[in-house]
Amino acid sequence: MYKYNDFDEAFIRARTAQFRKQVERRVAGNLTEDEFKPLRLMNGLYLQLHAYMLRVAIPYGTLNARQMRQLAYIADKWDRGYGHFTTRQNIQFNWPRLTDVPDMLDALADVEMHANQTSGNTIRNVTSDHFAGAAVDEIEDPRPVAELLRQWSTDHPEFQFLGRKFKIAVGASEHDRAVLKAHDLAVRIVRNDAGETGYEILVGGGLGRTPMIGKVLHPFLPREDLLPYVEAVLTVYNTLGRRDNKYKARIKITVHENGIDTIRALVDEQFALIRPTFSGYDQELLEEIRAHFPEPDYVKAPLDAFETAYENDPVFRSWADTNLSAHTNPDYAIATISLKKHGQTPGDATSEQMRVMADLAEAFAHDELRISHEQNVILPHVHKSHLPAIHARLKAVGLATANIGLVSDIIACPGMDYCALATARSIPVAQQIATRFDELKLEHEIGELKIKISGCINACGHHHMGHIGILGLDRAGVENYQITLGGDGSENAAIGERAGPGFAYDEIVPAIERLVLGYLDLRESPEETFLQAYRRLGAEPFKAVLYPEAKTKNAA
Amino acid sequence: MSVIVTDTGFTTEDWTAGFIPLADLPANDAAPAIAVDLASDSDPAALAGRLQDIDMIRVDFPSFADGRGFTIAKRLRQMGFQGRLRARGHVISDQYAMARRVGFDEVEISEELAARQPEAEWLFRADWQANDYQARLRA
Ligand code: SF4
Repeated sequence: MYKYNDFDEAFIRARTAQFRKQVERRVAGNLTEDEFKPLRLMNGLYLQLHAYMLRVAIPYGTLNARQMRQLAYIADKWDRGYGHFTTRQNIQFNWPRLTDVPDMLDALADVEMHANQTSGNTIRNVTSDHFAGAAVDEIEDPRPVAELLRQWSTDHPEFQFLGRKFKIAVGASEHDRAVLKAHDLAVRIVRNDAGETGYEILVGGGLGRTPMIGKVLHPFLPREDLLPYVEAVLTVYNTLGRRDNKYKARIKITVHENGIDTIRALVDEQFALIRPTFSGYDQELLEEIRAHFPEPDYVKAPLDAFETAYENDPVFRSWADTNLSAHTNPDYAIATISLKKHGQTPGDATSEQMRVMADLAEAFAHDELRISHEQNVILPHVHKSHLPAIHARLKAVGLATANIGLVSDIIACPGMDYCALATARSIPVAQQIATRFDELKLEHEIGELKIKISGCINACGHHHMGHIGILGLDRAGVENYQITLGGDGSENAAIGERAGPGFAYDEIVPAIERLVLGYLDLRESPEETFLQAYRRLGAEPFKAVLYPEAKTKNAA
Repeated sequence: MSVIVTDTGFTTEDWTAGFIPLADLPANDAAPAIAVDLASDSDPAALAGRLQDIDMIRVDFPSFADGRGFTIAKRLRQMGFQGRLRARGHVISDQYAMARRVGFDEVEISEELAARQPEAEWLFRADWQANDYQARLRA
């Protein structure tokens, strides 16, 4: 794992000291609320519906036991004993007091963490594949590149007051687990026919009210050109991006309005000027960073404990079948801990649960934890012999739900329960769907299905990319939920299509039930997933089960 | 009167030759001292080939939230401008280090802003060379 050097340490201490002064100046009136706002945002502090919210970065989703324990400590000391993991590998504390925030940032700095640039019109927390370093299909661990970009973007003097936020993600595998194509800029580590490694650069992806899939800006960028090239993209965006309309300010609109070819030409022009300002130290630094991400010191041990539990304990078997993924080391597994227990708030963890996960990471998993954009926690390196013990500990604190990738593994944004921008509730809808399918006992039979819920058009719940997406709107003061079908956040990224008229709050869960049961009738075989069936059959049969009245009307 | 902020704190205006908008540049070819005002949406490319003749460029910040001026400054320096470069308008002390790092020499603010954000707050950020990831990455 990356370890701060003296430079990083000095930087973060100076940064928290600056923020402490900014809070004092705000309280004294030397900063207006207007002026304070971007400063608090670039330090992760939002003003929500009921209180401030502090959004802490978990860079590329990686943390160790000590850091997880510190998050638990912060939750207990300055918040209400829990935290919420988000779709961008952050954790949010929902109830801090403004005057406590400098202390919270100091506590984070004590464990090499921060809330820098988790909000505001700047380059946000760089995200990556939550299976990085363990996945069987990756070219290399993408996290060193993500860390390099983190350092480059941190406090970048030119890009702290952009027209809008700017999100970067890095991936390095065939299967995209980082939703690369929904990012303002994505870096895909790829290999060409000659066996050389380089970067495919995508630009202009994004969700929100105008969802767009990222386009290829450069098919194969040489490695040493990464920072100057990304900087050139930002230079062009900061010059050309619209500032007259907040909803047209993201780079996806800049790309859409100017065309990818024009953007590419402008980027090339800037790149030629910027490239000479990098003299190669960034590449040395990348090598240094790489040394922080060695392969774990793998244990060699018999697998009997795992095999016995798998044979004899059906609850363990179900969890193992659902929540484990293949690891590069065949004696190991990647274990996903579900933060989606039926009826709970997706992504929430109590301080007690955080401590248990920290203990497990330390005792059994090479001291590493990951946060996924699907709002779950991952133990990336687990020797299989430890899995039964891990499962037992998780079960004791409500963390052993066997539902990864299934209908109740729902992504939901905070919605009306917390968010000032929300037009509808999203958490209760997620809770009710999960509870309903748990009652039906059909979850495992239904198989892989991604439901994603947003509480307004801003789409923080990635609803466009759900196999089933749910968007909560406000229709004349009444919550109304629109369904989209066929979205996909993988390497085959697709934006879901609207199914038809929306549903009232008390109709949405039955509608989802109809839809999913309808799929069970429509599928060719148990192996055909919801998304595959949708792609084979198109929207019509699904609409027919969603809107049975329309069908009878047409028939009449 | 405006207040000029540099690394040593507040000072007064010492430029007496006035400022001209970009559009008037051709008409002022022969002037002994030229200072040009650039709006935050200007394209620095418009000054290509003219930078040698210009003594000072003043880039406008209509709002501290409009960060285009930072990119304009960087681009002017990249194009080889070596004269005096000034950020003017609604710049807050928290942006001083950013302004210096992208190539501005100084910041010009109103008396009202200077009263609300006193010299000490600017001096707190005058150590702009410290803790700079960019300088480190380009070393
Ligand atoms: S999608 Fe809307 S309601 Fe949900 S978190 Fe984002 S802004 Fe808030």
